[in-house]
Formats: sequence, C-alpha cells, structure tokens
Amino acid sequence: MDTRFAAESQVTVTATVNGEPRTFTVPAHRTLLDALRTDLGLTGTKSSCTEGECGACTVLLDGKAVNSCLVLAAEMDGHQVTTIEEISRNGATDLQEALLDEGAVQCGFCIPGQVMSAEYLLSHNPEPTVEEIRSAMSGNLCRCASYNRIVDAILATSKKRVSTGE
Amino acid sequence: MMTYYKARALADALEMLERPDVEGRALLGGTDLLVSLAGKHDDTPRVVVDLKGIKDWGEPLVITDTGVRIGLMLTMAELAADPVVGSWYPALTEAADKVGSVAIRNRATVVGNICNASPASDSAPPLLVHEATVRIASASGQRSVPISSFFLSPRVTACARGEIVTAIELPRPVPGTGSAYRRLTRRWGIDLITVSVAAAVHGDGRVLLGLGAVAPTPLLVELPVGLDLDDRSALVQVLDEALSVATPITDIRGGAEYRSAMLRELASRAIQAALESTRRSGNGHSVRG
Repeated sequence: MDTRFAAESQVTVTATVNGEPRTFTVPAHRTLLDALRTDLGLTGTKSSCTEGECGACTVLLDGKAVNSCLVLAAEMDGHQVTTIEEISRNGATDLQEALLDEGAVQCGFCIPGQVMSAEYLLSHNPEPTVEEIRSAMSGNLCRCASYNRIVDAILATSKKRVSTGE
Repeated sequence: MMTYYKARALADALEMLERPDVEGRALLGGTDLLVSLAGKHDDTPRVVVDLKGIKDWGEPLVITDTGVRIGLMLTMAELAADPVVGSWYPALTEAADKVGSVAIRNRATVVGNICNASPASDSAPPLLVHEATVRIASASGQRSVPISSFFLSPRVTACARGEIVTAIELPRPVPGTGSAYRRLTRRWGIDLITVSVAAAVHGDGRVLLGLGAVAPTPLLVELPVGLDLDDRSALVQVLDEALSVATPITDIRGGAEYRSAMLRELASRAIQAALESTRRSGNGHSVRG
C-alpha cells in the first residue's frame, strides 16, 4: 500500500475518558498528559518532570497505572483513560481522607499521582505489606518527603476497606 | 515536524520506516522514545510508527517445551508476572521486575528495551546469559541474530533501517540451570543502573555473566569451564581476569573505579545467587497447558 499520505500531523482520537466517550483532534506530538490538561480541561493530572521520573501525571490506561507524559494522545484511540477527576467524582475518597488524616498532604502537588498509583496497587493487591507499598509507590516522588505518611495512609485505607468489605 | 502513523500490518510498518524522506521511529511502549523525542524541536520531518495496532504476529508470550518466545507487545510487567519465565529464567524476571517503576513497567516492552540499546538496559544482561536469539523481519524476509551480536554501540543494534525486531527467543534451560540478577542504583525507583550483573550457571557446567553499564554495550562473558564456584579465592582471581573486558566510564551515576569495584562485587553475588537458584531450579516445571 502507499503510505505516503497516511501519517498524520493532526490525529483525531476517540477514547473513553472517565467513563465518557470523548473525541478530540491533537497534534501528533501531543502527550496524553497535555491532551488531558489542555484539550479536555482535566487539570487534576499534574505535569511535573514530563519524562517519567516523578509520577505526578499518573493515570489509569485500560485499568493500569501509566505515566501520561510518556504516552502520545494519538495512541489513545479506542482505549480507556481514568484520571483523578473520576476517582473523586463523588468527593474525597477514603484514601484521600486518610492522606489528610495522616498529614501526608503538604504542598499537595504530587497527591493526584500518588492517589492513582495507590488505587492501582489496591485494585490488584487489596492488602499490601509495607514493603509492597514502598515498592509500588517508588515511582511517585514527593518533594515534601511525606513518604512515611503516604504509606501509613495506604495501609489505613487497605485495612478499612478489607474490614468493611469495600 | 512530527507525524503519527498507526501500522495495521507488518508490511505497512516496514514501508513507512524505510521511507528516505522522513526519519522513522518505531513506537512500542514509548517510555524511552517519548523522552528522546521531547527534546527535539528541530525541523526534521519525523514519523512515529506505532506498532501496537499490528495484528499479523503472534501472542505476546509463547511458552513451549523447547523455550519461550517474547513477542513485540510483551511489557516488563507481563514478563515479570509469568511463573514459567520466573522458574526457567530467574535473572530475567528479577530484572523485569526492577525496571523503572510500576507505571513504566506497565508500558515498557522487552523488545523496545533491547532496541533502545542502552548500555544500562536491565533486560540485556539476563537475555545474554540465557542465550537469547533476536528475530528480525524485513521486506525480504526473516533473519535471526544471537543477542550477543545484537548490540553494536550505544543506541545502535544489528537491526538495520528497513528492519523490525519481531521477537526474542529463549531456549529452555537444561536441567540444573539457575540464574540471578544483581543491580546497583542510587535509589530504589526510577533510576538507571550504575552497574548490573546477570549470572547463569548452566546445567551443562557453563557459567555466563551479562554485564550492564560498564562498556558501550551490554557484555557477555564466559567463565572457564570446570571452575569450582565454591572456591572463593579461585573465583576472585578468575573474575579479575574475566571482568577485565569491562571499560566503565565516569558519569553522574558513579566513577569508573567505583564501577569496576562494584562490578566484581555484584558478579560474585550474582554467581552465588545463581548457584542457589540451581538448587530450586524449576527445570522440571511442567509447561502450562
């Protein structure tokens, strides 16, 4: 086939974002992170290092945690994206309350990414050990160094969810 | 100027990547590619060829009686989670489970990792000691390259323009084989290795070491056959000789001297761990049906 004209500089994508079908046209180089924030107005996902080092931009792609700065928006066609806005659709979750209770939220910038990574962990490992939590969260940096408090909040949430059968 | 092309068939991807008028870059997980493209604001016409839509090759992971075939789409997380891979190639599982972070491993592919050809690749040392073969496709057909001949220089592989790596094949280890991977990083998550060593003690008596981040490419080293691995002083002497092929540099992750010292230490630890792994070797493991 002749592929000469098949490569596009503008790409139209239809993806399920937070449960709703969304169609948007973006430049080929646009990352999922930038598309979420600028094209879809979902600014809960934070932009920080933009090279997969910090985890602030973590979202769920087809249910799996990924760095949205390392995914092209063009790759999203036909896929499902879940952001912090969906997690908090009905207000602060038990995990978010636990982060507040533990004093884990200082400047707060990393928290949406922390919440996404923690929810991903708890989705496939409802009762993680401290070591498993530290390993699972090692891709999320916190410049306020609330690491121990974040671990405590995840542990508390895990215990609460398991005991209440949520 | 960047364009995006989602290939639906291998032939389409090859045709696009061969075009002389644009710089074609193959996209799998994107965890390395997007970082390298982000800094490029020049006028070079560039096409990112997304391979994830291609349907005309097999499953991400195929396990048979004779070995394992890692397909294009297999992610590090999927590789790390597979129990047969874990019992046949423990070093590979250990490496795949340590790359980057959870979010990186959910996206990064094994094939992409070797094609990126970083001297600090985590998957290369275990693939070297387990004697993997790289399958390469082009418009004119298929060819195979032993992974020990695949890495040519930093970011350069034996996969030429107009070719795509379609799979990595690993022979099933002979009974009594064990392996392990030891890596040194400055911190736990999302850091490239300062030095790493994969060791495989093969059931036929051969001992292979795969060395990461101590040369322009990952290195494969074979220790003399018949070596008594429990004789520590003999082993230290043999390692001094065998590891002299390493030519580490000084960079932000460590000095050349420090890397050399850590290389000897990690090699020794990886060999001991590989020996222990031979004792719980899963080579009698039944292939899952």
